[in-house]
Amino acid sequence: MKFAIQINEGPFTHQAADTAYQFTKAALENGHEIFRVFFYHDGVNNGTMYGVPPIDDRNVQAMWSELAEKHDLDLVVCVAAAQRRGIMDEDESNRHGKGAANIAPKFRISGLGQLIEAGIQADRLMVFGD
Amino acid sequence: MSDTKKFVYINRKAPYGTVYALESLEVVLIGAAFEQEVQLVFVDDGVYQLTKGQNTDGIGMKNFSKTYSALGDYDVNQIYVDEQSLKDRGLTMDDLQELTYEDEDDDWAEKSSMKLINREQLAELIDEADVLLNF
Repeated sequence: MKFAIQINEGPFTHQAADTAYQFTKAALENGHEIFRVFFYHDGVNNGTMYGVPPIDDRNVQAMWSELAEKHDLDLVVCVAAAQRRGIMDEDESNRHGKGAANIAPKFRISGLGQLIEAGIQADRLMVFGD
Repeated sequence: MSDTKKFVYINRKAPYGTVYALESLEVVLIGAAFEQEVQLVFVDDGVYQLTKGQNTDGIGMKNFSKTYSALGDYDVNQIYVDEQSLKDRGLTMDDLQELTYEDEDDDWAEKSSMKLINREQLAELIDEADVLLNF
């Protein structure tokens, strides 16, 4: 089956991002396809590379980057939600005069149309978080 | 785009206090460009999103309630309001904005986009959705 994943919560307050990750990993291991992972609302906070959780805690962001590297996942961060919360790639950072980018490896920034397209193209859109 | 799907947006939260109502409207308006079938449902505190005479002066938030009246121009004209949710809050349809669209198959006559539904109809609506987006 072809899944699209939507994540609405950040990496630590709620378990939603972890559950989404576990679901995505399990789906891939069972031969399913992940069309896209879309990070929305506070979910965009999963896309910063500046998170440094304690050594005995999981690093949800790094887990996503690794999984994306391994399976060539399309990790998309909603641009409007990201701008509000200070998640930026090189272009965005330059455009807004911020001096540094913080988007994590394998993540990219794009618009809500990517979510609608994922809903159209996938057999199931799975939504994690409020 | 290869096929048309039915997108159902469930709006459950009050217009202010959380960002969800505003974001839902954003997705609906952007999604309209994809020419899919779109239905909006307002349930629980979500019915407050459509109330008339909203004034946000005291809370420093943008009053986006006028945007709903543009939905008809985006061909978003299937708008469902849960009757029980209105009742529970002492509201009637008269407390809500009248959202309309112009029917191109009927000489552009102006028609209401809004329909009151009960819980059974709501369940059916959800059952028939291809893509459910909850806000």
